Amino acid sequence: MKSKLVVIGNGMAGMRTVEELLKVAPEKYDITVFGAEPYGNYNRIMLSPVLTGEKTIEEIMINDLAWYEENNITLHAGADKEVVSIDRRKKTVQAKDGTSVSYDRLLFATGSNPFIIPLPGHELNGVIAFRDIADVDTMLAVAKKKKNAVIIGGGLLGLEAANGLMKQGMNVTVIHNVDVLMNRQLDQPSAKLLEQSLKERGLTFKLAAASKEIHDDGKGNVTAISFEDGEKLATDLIVMAVGVRPNIALAQKVGLHCDKGIFVNDTMQTYDPSIYAVGECVEHRGDTFGLVAPLFEQAKVCANHLAEHGIANYRSSAVATKLKVTGIDLFSAGDFHTDENSEEIVFQDPYRGVYKKVVIEDNKIKGTVLYGDTMDGSWYFQMMKDETDVSEMRDRLLFGQAHLGDSGTQGVSAVANLPDNAEICGCNGVCKGDIVNAIAAESLFTLDDVRDATKASASCGSCTGLVEQLIADTLGSDFNETEKRKSICRCTEYSHDEIRAAIPRNELKSFHAVSDFLEFSSPDGCHVCRPAINYYLLAQWPGEYKDDSRSRFINERSHANIQKDNTYSVVPRMWGGLTTPDELRAIADAAEKYNVPTVKVTGGQRIDLLGVAKEDLPKIWKDLNNAGMVSGHAYGKSLRTVKTCVGSTHCRFGTQDAMSMGVNVEKMSWGSWTPAKFKIAVSGCPRNCAEATIKDFGVVAVDSGWELYVGGNGGMKVRVSDFLTKVTTDEEVMEYAGAFMQMYREQGHHNERTAPWIERVGLNFIKDEMVENETQRKEFYARFLESQKYAQVDPWAERASKGVDVIDFVPLKQIN
Amino acid sequence: MSNWIEIGNLNDIPPLGSRVVKTNDVDIAVFRTANDEVFALRDQCPHKHGALSQGIVHGNRVTCPLHNWVISLEDGEAQGHDTGCTKTFNVKLDGETILLAV
Repeated sequence: MKSKLVVIGNGMAGMRTVEELLKVAPEKYDITVFGAEPYGNYNRIMLSPVLTGEKTIEEIMINDLAWYEENNITLHAGADKEVVSIDRRKKTVQAKDGTSVSYDRLLFATGSNPFIIPLPGHELNGVIAFRDIADVDTMLAVAKKKKNAVIIGGGLLGLEAANGLMKQGMNVTVIHNVDVLMNRQLDQPSAKLLEQSLKERGLTFKLAAASKEIHDDGKGNVTAISFEDGEKLATDLIVMAVGVRPNIALAQKVGLHCDKGIFVNDTMQTYDPSIYAVGECVEHRGDTFGLVAPLFEQAKVCANHLAEHGIANYRSSAVATKLKVTGIDLFSAGDFHTDENSEEIVFQDPYRGVYKKVVIEDNKIKGTVLYGDTMDGSWYFQMMKDETDVSEMRDRLLFGQAHLGDSGTQGVSAVANLPDNAEICGCNGVCKGDIVNAIAAESLFTLDDVRDATKASASCGSCTGLVEQLIADTLGSDFNETEKRKSICRCTEYSHDEIRAAIPRNELKSFHAVSDFLEFSSPDGCHVCRPAINYYLLAQWPGEYKDDSRSRFINERSHANIQKDNTYSVVPRMWGGLTTPDELRAIADAAEKYNVPTVKVTGGQRIDLLGVAKEDLPKIWKDLNNAGMVSGHAYGKSLRTVKTCVGSTHCRFGTQDAMSMGVNVEKMSWGSWTPAKFKIAVSGCPRNCAEATIKDFGVVAVDSGWELYVGGNGGMKVRVSDFLTKVTTDEEVMEYAGAFMQMYREQGHHNERTAPWIERVGLNFIKDEMVENETQRKEFYARFLESQKYAQVDPWAERASKGVDVIDFVPLKQIN
Repeated sequence: MSNWIEIGNLNDIPPLGSRVVKTNDVDIAVFRTANDEVFALRDQCPHKHGALSQGIVHGNRVTCPLHNWVISLEDGEAQGHDTGCTKTFNVKLDGETILLAV
């Protein structure tokens, strides 16, 4: 028999929890929802665009009534369905009209009530809040017939309401009690710019004002508002937008522990173990909530516990704010006030209307306010949440990420300024307009939603940053963006790091041990988690874990690169990019023998034989093996190539023997599996002809030794590597190369190249771990060499001559 | 009337794996799931004709190796927001013998 879940509140937090619950435990509960508004579930944050006429109510519905039916949810919606009492001992709730429902688990999602200032006259007709569809309907109705409106409250919501009413043709005055608009998000200079820009659009302001009384026409309709300074303003409508208070009346009445909100622990459970609470009605570790991102986090945690998975914890995190007024760019996050411990960097251009402030404490971003140019808002925000050390980019910080070079994967181009037909996802041909429209039309909130609906960033993932930025730009503060902890895929809630940590701690030694222990929703996982976990197991248990070929992407399973016509490419290893006449002859013979249509020199100084039929792979490998060549691993998340220049052997500028160094490094590191592909280069002098500074590990010879660089990338996002250290001996180069690879092997996320890994953990962390700490470096190096003992087996020879995986290369049967 | 042809033993296909049966006109991918169920699809993704036999099998689905479309082994339909379908073939087990209807 199913358990019974009753939800009080049909808003965004409550329904998000139900959605999350249906995802993880669809059959667990019979669900009943009580809602005081007579609709399905709508996106409250989008009420501002409804008021301006940019959106309709239909467009902002998240779940219509049919959704409740499809999911067998009983919805009691309407004013007479307001829950008025709860019997916690008998576990029943009762609505105003007498409807009574019993529960096993009860969820409070009662949201908040707008705060109404108890001025004389606050109960008159025409004095409203800005909270729900009914308020919007009232405003639209007044705007059709009357002229003047007053908004009390110059915060985010008040300004959005003012802008909406102005768009509807009213004369709008905004009253604010201090002289800084949006004073919770803005400092004085940015607030002045905002005020200026809104004045130019036609809004009137009365700041640092103290309201005194609201006046009426004798029939209970509002006509004016007067102030302590004696001024009196005629008005037909007063909208109070001065904040919200958690709606805890019912919770208090039934004796649940409340202060500002309903007390919940990290699992969103109240003091009554059968009762949970989420959203604006809760108080968690002293905080209450008003933006949607934390509500969605809470929903996820709460659903996890309602499903009795019992693993998630809620921790409140920083949120960023954007104003949803078309044409005004404003971004605010964190604490932007400076004190004796912090300092501010400010950029101001009054002519262009641009203001940027970043507050820094202990070399980390503590808060930011941007006005006029918010392109880098999500970048600062990300660094703030990641606590990135910004000391090395201080001088360029305010000019934005674009001025740091084309680095990383955060998607820094001015995506907001791109035209709708600009292509964002090159793999799937998705344009900016497609993504923006899908976000609005289908009420998408998360990266996964957008990937499903549009395919953008669903393939190679290199445009993920751009897509995240588009979501952020489109949704404003509602985007659940860049949560630091992302689950690896939809089979589980756990992140890469959590899964990795669980493997040694619980001695998990197979995919199924991991998926059972962590209670994956699908026992075989999927094409994302299976290869990742296979790699983590391989890296954790060298020599012990048996590589699971069925968890390998086809290229790594068949040790060749699949092409668009399902043929393969074959790249033999050429140590350090060096070859011999005999090897070239063998390659030429093989190309002819197997009718290879294309022979191409690669960027990594190898020769690529393209267009080989799968059945021919073992045969061509055997011929290449016979000439002394092994697999070049050109297909794997593994050491690819070590590229070299000729160095001092021939070059008149060469300072060291780059070719021998390259060969030695490649002999040491070939065959190793890494989180993503790994490229090395060795240049014989600072002219750097081997392009070592765009490689994962780069070695550049100088007169007195070798400079070592890490984290370079020459792909879609060019990233120049970071200088790691300088060494004098060849042995040290080997030690650092091995140690760096091992640290990356142990700590990088599957499918994460060294460039984003370094940006995630910070160069200083890597230096601390393996440059400053010699013991640890030697341990990394020792573990690398140990794992290489089991890794340096030529996969081609195993398949061509030793009968490994033979059946992979021959048809099951031929039927004529 | 379809004609059941013996194409091999269950153990000729690794669990969560696939092998190809070649015929005069099409290649047919025969899949084995973790529960030792067998399915057969035309070895061609409805998207850009990737060989589904080369994909990763998970549950009763396979992910195409070319662009990660996920195809149902049961009905050949593309999953999620993708639309497209690949032809299915009847396949069954007689003990451990795999029989394919062509």
